[in-house]
Amino acid sequence: MTHPTVPLRRYVGIFAALILLTGLTVVIAFFDLGGGRLHALNAIAAITIAVTKALLVVLYFMHVRYSSRLTWIFVGAGVFWFVIMIVLTLADYLSRGWFPTPGSWSS
Amino acid sequence: MSEHSAQVAHQFDDATQQYEASTLGMWAFLITEIMFFGGLFAGFFVYILGHAAAFAEGSRHLDLALGTVNTLVLLGSSLTMALAVRGAQRGDRRGQVLFLVLTIILGVAFLGIKGLEYAHKFEQHLVPGPLFRMEGPHAQSAQLFFSFYFAMTGVHALHMIVGVGLLAWLLVNALRGRYSAEYFTPVEVSGLYWHFVDVVWIFLFPTLYLVARHV
Repeated sequence: MTHPTVPLRRYVGIFAALILLTGLTVVIAFFDLGGGRLHALNAIAAITIAVTKALLVVLYFMHVRYSSRLTWIFVGAGVFWFVIMIVLTLADYLSRGWFPTPGSWSS
Repeated sequence: MSEHSAQVAHQFDDATQQYEASTLGMWAFLITEIMFFGGLFAGFFVYILGHAAAFAEGSRHLDLALGTVNTLVLLGSSLTMALAVRGAQRGDRRGQVLFLVLTIILGVAFLGIKGLEYAHKFEQHLVPGPLFRMEGPHAQSAQLFFSFYFAMTGVHALHMIVGVGLLAWLLVNALRGRYSAEYFTPVEVSGLYWHFVDVVWIFLFPTLYLVARHV
């Protein structure tokens, strides 16, 4: 059974990128990027950096980039259902209060 | 002959098929783990929308310095884990043992730092319950934040403890020379688990320590 081993340089490079991104996300947290309720820009920046870091770990450290199509489908399906859970839940809670609630029938 | 070595279970045609099946099995388990932690994250985001000020207050009580150091420690342990798998793939027993030991050390260091943070929270009466004390108007709802904090980091720490156990088992087998370039599936599969626990922390750290503070 032969497996292509990932070059050492690639692993160290990914690690350096992960460290840099961690530094970046901590520094950004000290600035108030503003942007309405929830300070949306701060949250978006932190989550974007986290997703990037997670992608680096999954693709390189977890070897998904070098894995079979079937592995890609498994991983993709997991992420897909996770996104459904988060997005549909927040679609409700975030949009509450966007429109006035009509008066209830009993009043 | 290596196609039917002792390490290939009889239901598999060859080592490659066994490796593929084991990897996919681990991924199937990790997907259930995504759903498990995903539920906690979804709950956190729902409550932060209703208790923004209290969550921000709670988040500012976390130790950002220790949290950042712990993130770096865990990322480092992921690198050493990847190198341990690489050592096994190359049949390099010495490198494999060295990097497994380093991964265990970094994993235990993470748990130690986490324990230190927990101890501080107990001293500062920030553990939800009858002894919870906090100044300011948000004290009551801030307990919600700390409930999420302890539940999420606690379950994560439990996964780390399991991971350290797996690593210890790998180390014993590696010392006995069980793994080679032909057979390293347990190292690769345990590596997947270890990296997954790292990915969970990659999301936990900004969620608890960074995002909440600006809400």
